[in-house]
Amino acid sequence: MKILVCISHVPDTTSKINFADNNTKFDINGVQFIIGPYDDYALARAIELKETTGATVTVLNVGLSDTEPTLRKALAIGADDAVRINAEPLDSYFVAFQIADYSKSIGYDVILMGRESIDYNGGVVHSIVGELLGIPSVSPVMKLDIDGNKAKLAREIEGGKEFIEVNLPFVAGCQEPIAEWKIPNMRGIMSARTKPLTVVEPKPVDSGVALQRFELPPPKGSVRMIKADNVPELVNLLKNEAKIL
Amino acid sequence: MVILVFVESAEGKIKNTSMEAVAYAHAMGGDVTAIALGAVEKVELESLGKYGAKKVLHAADEKLNQDIIQVYAAVLEQALQAEGADTLVLANSSLGTPVAARVATKIGASLASNVVELPDTSSGFVVKQSIYTGKAFALVSLKNQKKVIAIRKNAVGIKDVGSPAQITPFTASLADADFATKIISTEKATGEVLLPEADIVVSGGRGMKGPEHWGILEDLAKALNAATGCSKPVSDLGWRPHHEHVGQTGVKVAPQLYIAVGISGAIQHLAGVNSSKYIVVINKDPEAPFFKAADYGIVGDAFEIIPKLTEAIKAAK
Ligand SMILES: Cc1cc2nc3c(=O)[nH]c(=O)nc-3n(C[C@H](O)[C@H](O)[C@H](O)COP(=O)(O)OP(=O)(O)OC[C@H]3O[C@@H](n4cnc5c(N)ncnc54)[C@H](O)[C@@H]3O)c2cc1C
Repeated sequence: MKILVCISHVPDTTSKINFADNNTKFDINGVQFIIGPYDDYALARAIELKETTGATVTVLNVGLSDTEPTLRKALAIGADDAVRINAEPLDSYFVAFQIADYSKSIGYDVILMGRESIDYNGGVVHSIVGELLGIPSVSPVMKLDIDGNKAKLAREIEGGKEFIEVNLPFVAGCQEPIAEWKIPNMRGIMSARTKPLTVVEPKPVDSGVALQRFELPPPKGSVRMIKADNVPELVNLLKNEAKIL
Repeated sequence: MVILVFVESAEGKIKNTSMEAVAYAHAMGGDVTAIALGAVEKVELESLGKYGAKKVLHAADEKLNQDIIQVYAAVLEQALQAEGADTLVLANSSLGTPVAARVATKIGASLASNVVELPDTSSGFVVKQSIYTGKAFALVSLKNQKKVIAIRKNAVGIKDVGSPAQITPFTASLADADFATKIISTEKATGEVLLPEADIVVSGGRGMKGPEHWGILEDLAKALNAATGCSKPVSDLGWRPHHEHVGQTGVKVAPQLYIAVGISGAIQHLAGVNSSKYIVVINKDPEAPFFKAADYGIVGDAFEIIPKLTEAIKAAK
C-alpha cells in the first residue's frame, strides 16, 4: 500500500500575524514554521499504518525551498521519502491541482492531509484532489482503519459523527483524535538527512482567484469588569448595552 | 442572474446558517433558487421564500437522505445547469465546504470558502475571507464567470424580505459511482442546539475540574437557549464529546455571545472564538489571558458565579 501525506508549512499556532509590502505579503519576521497541526495528525496516522501494514509513506509539500526543513521533520517522524513541488502555494485550487497531477503519476492507494491548513483555512484541498482524481474524498476524518482494500472511517459532523466505509483509493482530510502527534526521535532525525527528497516542477494552471490584499481585524476594545458579588449587573449589561438577551 | 443556494437541514429543519446563505444570495441581488436534498419538512422549505428565495427546488429522492459529499455535488451540478445559474452559495460546514469544493472543480468555478461579508462588486468581484484562523482577512478577487461561495455565520445575518415560496420537485440522475462512500451509521445528539449554529455558546475549560460539574453549565445554556462548548483539554480528557471542542483544532464559532468559564484563553482557543460578537469571561485568576480578549469579565469561582448567573438570567426574562 502506498500512502501519500500532503503537508502544509504554516506559522506556529502562537504566531502574531503581520503583513508586509502594502498588505500583500505575509510577514515572516520572527515567525516559526511548523507542519500544519491537522496535517501532523494525518502523518501520525500514516506512520501507524506503516507500522501495522508495511505501507510506504511519502510526504508532499507544494512550496519553495524554505519549506524543506518542514519536509525533513516529516521524514524524521517516519515518512520514507519526500516530494516538494517547487512553487509558491498561491491558492487551494493551485495546490490541489499539483497534488492530483503528481499523485496520478505514482498511483497512491490512500491520500491523507489535514482537514484544513491553518494559514488559509480553506478546508477544500482534499475535496478538490478527490474530484480531480475522480475518487471519493472524506473530511473531517477522526478515525481511520484499513483492512485490505477497504477503509473504515469516522467523519465528524455538526453534533456527532458518521461511520463510513469506502474502498481504496480515496482522499481523507484528517483531524484529531485520529492519532497522537508524533515527536521525532534522534534516530529519526539522523536518518531523515539521507532519505530521498525529490523536487518536481509545477504544472501551470489558472485557478480563477487572485489575492488583492490582506487585512487585520480592528483591535479589541478594553474589557469591562464586573464584581463577583454583583452578577445581575452582567445580565443588565448584556441586555441593555450589548442588547443580546 | 440566477443564484443557486444549497440549503442543509437537520432532523427535517433548515439550518440557520443555510437561511443565512439564502439571505446572502438575495442581498447579492440575483434571482435566488434554493435547493434542498433529502427529507425536509414542507413548511420549512416554503419558509425559505421569506429570506429571499424566489423558487425552492426539492430533490426528495430517499437516496439523498444520506449526505454523501460526491452525490450532493453531482446533484448540485445538475441543478446549476437546469436553473442556468452561474453562482452557487452555501454555508461553510462539515458538509457544505467539501461539497462546494467538488462542485467548483466540476464546473470550473472560482471558489471561496470562509467568506465573511457580501462581495465588493465596485471593480470586479472581491470577497473577504477569514484566514489565519480568524486572526486576519484576505480580499480575493473571483475572476471566473462561475463562482462558488461558502459563507461563514453572520456574513449578512437573516432578514425577512419575502413571503413563502412554491416548492418545485427536482429529479437528478444519480450515478452509482458517486455512492462509493457508504455511510454505515450515524451518532448524533438530538434536540440540542448545534454548536456552529448557536447564537449563544456556553463553554467550559479545565477550570470546571471534571465532567460531573457540567450540570451547572448545561443549566446556564438551557436558560439562554445556548449550545455548550469546551476547550481542547476537556475533550482530550474525555469530559465532553469531541464535537464540542472549540478552537484552532476544533470548531470555530461565531455566536452573538460566547461565555467562557474556567478557560485560560490560550491563543489556540482564542483562534476559534475571535469572531464572536461579545465575549464574557469568568475565571478565578485575574491574570488569565482570556480577559484581554473579553468584553465583560468576572473574576471569581465558577462554582459560585454560574448558578447566580443562571438565576439572574431567569429573573430577567
Ligand atoms: C497546535 C495546538 C493546537 C491547539 N488547539 C486548541 C484548540 O483548538 N482549542 C483549545 O481550547 N486549546 C487548544 N490548544 C491547547 C491550548 O494551548 C491550551 O492548552 C488550552 O486551551 C487550555 O485549556 P483550558 O483553558 O481549559 O485549561 P487551562 O489552561 O488549564 O486553564 C484553566 C483555567 O481555569 C481557571 N480556573 C480554575 N479553577 C477555576 C474556578 N473554580 N473558577 C473559575 N476559573 C477557574 C484557571 O484560572 C485557568 O485560567 C492547542 C495547543 C496546540 C499546541
